[in-house]
Amino acid sequence: MSTPSEMIMTDSAGQPRFFLHEEHHPENGTMLGFWLYLMSDSLIFAILFACYGVLGTNYAGGPTPAELFDLDLIAVNTSLLLISSITYGFVMISMQDGRLNQMLLWLGVTGALGLGFVAIELYEFAHLIHQDAGPGRSAFLSSFFTLVGTHGLHVSFGILWLITLMFQLKRYGINPAMRRRVACLSLFWHFLDIVWIGVFTFVYLMGVLR
Amino acid sequence: MSGAAQPHEHGDQIPHASFRGYMTGFVLAVILTAIPFWLVMGDVLANKTATIVAILVFGAVQIVVHVIYFLHMDAQAESGWTLMSFLFTATLILIMLSGSIWIMYHLHSNTHPQPPTAAEVRNMP
Repeated sequence: MSTPSEMIMTDSAGQPRFFLHEEHHPENGTMLGFWLYLMSDSLIFAILFACYGVLGTNYAGGPTPAELFDLDLIAVNTSLLLISSITYGFVMISMQDGRLNQMLLWLGVTGALGLGFVAIELYEFAHLIHQDAGPGRSAFLSSFFTLVGTHGLHVSFGILWLITLMFQLKRYGINPAMRRRVACLSLFWHFLDIVWIGVFTFVYLMGVLR
Repeated sequence: MSGAAQPHEHGDQIPHASFRGYMTGFVLAVILTAIPFWLVMGDVLANKTATIVAILVFGAVQIVVHVIYFLHMDAQAESGWTLMSFLFTATLILIMLSGSIWIMYHLHSNTHPQPPTAAEVRNMP
């Protein structure tokens, strides 16, 4: 079976003046490159976590985490994101088996769970701002909104990417380029779930304990 | 239908996905999420510090579970560069987090000194 990427591979191998000694290496660096992007993205989150760690107790006479955070809501949110992780796993398995419709179904389920997550988060933010606990109230709330909001923004862009991939899959089917894109979004989606582990542990659970 | 992914079928190294692997990761993740929520919401441990240490440990273990079962990180992927960059990033994060919190904690206690004790006032020049 000849795939387009194999043809590209031969093309680049056919230009010996650029590669005098061709050694074995992955022909396409996208997966490693995307991994490195995730590593740099995790540094952004690390800095936001550090900010929250430093500023998280400066309430400026305002409300404290124990008064504001509703753990029942956070538990629901956490479950949504966790279930969306396993449904994305099903996307990868369907793709491996070459089942396009099953893939689209699981992508749809994952996207719906992600939308549910973002909706709950927006509800929580609106509720806080309504209680006069917006990002301008205290250093604690500024760092809280920045950290959790950045994560929420990532999830929103992930959903946009997911919808784009669904349309592309419908149009192009499962080919090497689509496999690569779906595998990149898999890394991104699971990465966001890992960041959320930090958020619910460090921000919500520890905040309520304080 | 292309069937199971063969290594070097094309340029990208997409790890092999197995139902068993994802389910193992998912079950572990659910357990490791449920316990810290239960510890905090149910007020299980009388000692606050013990609860904090426990949820931090559960969080750290869950991150490792996700990295192995969902991100499929292993020492062989991309000739070891995936693991290498991950360990480098983890080191940086550890330094940034612990360093920031440590130094700012000290700064905080230095810029907001406690009022002097009676003994200190007595010995003042």
